[in-house]
Amino acid sequence: MPTISKSPWMMHYDGSSCNGCDIEVLACLTPLYDIERFGVINTGDPRQADILLITGGVNYHNESVVKQIYEQMPTPKVVVAVGICACSGGVFKDCYNIKGGVDTTIPVDIYVPGCAARPESIIDGVLQAVELLARKQTEAESATAAEGEAQ
Amino acid sequence: MVYLLRVLCMLAFVVLAPFVGGLLSGLDRKLSARMQGRIGPHVLQPFYDLYKLLQKQILVVNRYQVMLLLSFLVMVVGTGALFFGGFDLLLVFFVLTTASMFFVLAATVTNSPYAELGAQRELIQMLSYEPMILLTAVGFFMANGSFKGVDAFTADLPAIVKLPGVFIGLVFVLTIKLRKSPFDLSTSHHAHQELVKGVTTEFSGALMGVVELAHLYETVFLLGLVSLFFISSAWWSIPLALAGALLVWFIEVLIDNTSARVKWNQMLSSAWIITAVLGGGNLLVLEIIRMLS
Repeated sequence: MPTISKSPWMMHYDGSSCNGCDIEVLACLTPLYDIERFGVINTGDPRQADILLITGGVNYHNESVVKQIYEQMPTPKVVVAVGICACSGGVFKDCYNIKGGVDTTIPVDIYVPGCAARPESIIDGVLQAVELLARKQTEAESATAAEGEAQ
Repeated sequence: MVYLLRVLCMLAFVVLAPFVGGLLSGLDRKLSARMQGRIGPHVLQPFYDLYKLLQKQILVVNRYQVMLLLSFLVMVVGTGALFFGGFDLLLVFFVLTTASMFFVLAATVTNSPYAELGAQRELIQMLSYEPMILLTAVGFFMANGSFKGVDAFTADLPAIVKLPGVFIGLVFVLTIKLRKSPFDLSTSHHAHQELVKGVTTEFSGALMGVVELAHLYETVFLLGLVSLFFISSAWWSIPLALAGALLVWFIEVLIDNTSARVKWNQMLSSAWIITAVLGGGNLLVLEIIRMLS
């Protein structure tokens, strides 16, 4: 039974965002939107996170940081790119210092477009990420079961 | 008969404490959310969290981490079991300190700068609350004439009548022990954490689950310690003790939601001043009364 969908812990990383999307991510935690009602905790620790939420595009300076955060997260994990800059680079796409969207560095599962992305669409993205997490967990479990049978 | 009851109490603690602690923790989160004008997570959320953590992948940073964290859990369960078995309070508190040391060691072996700084803060927290915890044991000795928890059931009056200062002092340091604001320096359940996750930074998956489980046991033990202040030989002292523990728990949640984190030196000095004035003063008055009578 996928248990992860009832307790998805989220980690937020600001790539090279203009802070517009970051403020909307924080708005999700306020009384009006209250994302914690779905069991979501905004943790600062990649080791305890299930969902990695990235705002802003990736630049050449933080490329290694994004990779490291991704690698420090235990499986199953899901990456959500929030805002058009995180999805594709946005208006900064052709800047000399910008590498592009988050998917140029790590695999992205859910894209939440918008400039800035609305809290409603961020919550929608997170909940789709939760569904995907549950699917990944079930797949991993059935894979381990199949392995056990093969042996 | 009494021995059988004590063994039953110990077993009941080991089996039931996670459920009681989890429910209290869930109510805590719901209550906190309502205080902030939010809906909040499900009351059973701590159980969902724990179940998930126990199933997640463990990323072991240092292999001694596993042994140290399991020792921490065993020691915390031991502390509560000894306490609910009515054993010597000094023994209970020394086992509790040993448990905390295992926790600090588990954080330090990871070599992570965040976990190490968290571990140092955890040590300062221990430095802050330990004197008050020891004075509590001495207070019970002066009130009931025995260090044993089980002897509270033969006292004529609840210990709180003789130990009001010690009680307030203990509730003060309980905020440190329950990891509540304003004293959640080493790690916090809330998002406002400048040290990533402080002392628990490098614990992932089931290892974090062990820490959470130990915290549930610890909460029940600490509230048990609070309720011991209300116990006497009268039958009505038991519902009174439960009500007292719940009231203290509510006050702790309220303090958590209405205060900001303080610096370590403010925590240390305020905890020691409270310990000396309320704890020490209370014991001094008791001793003077004893000498005069």
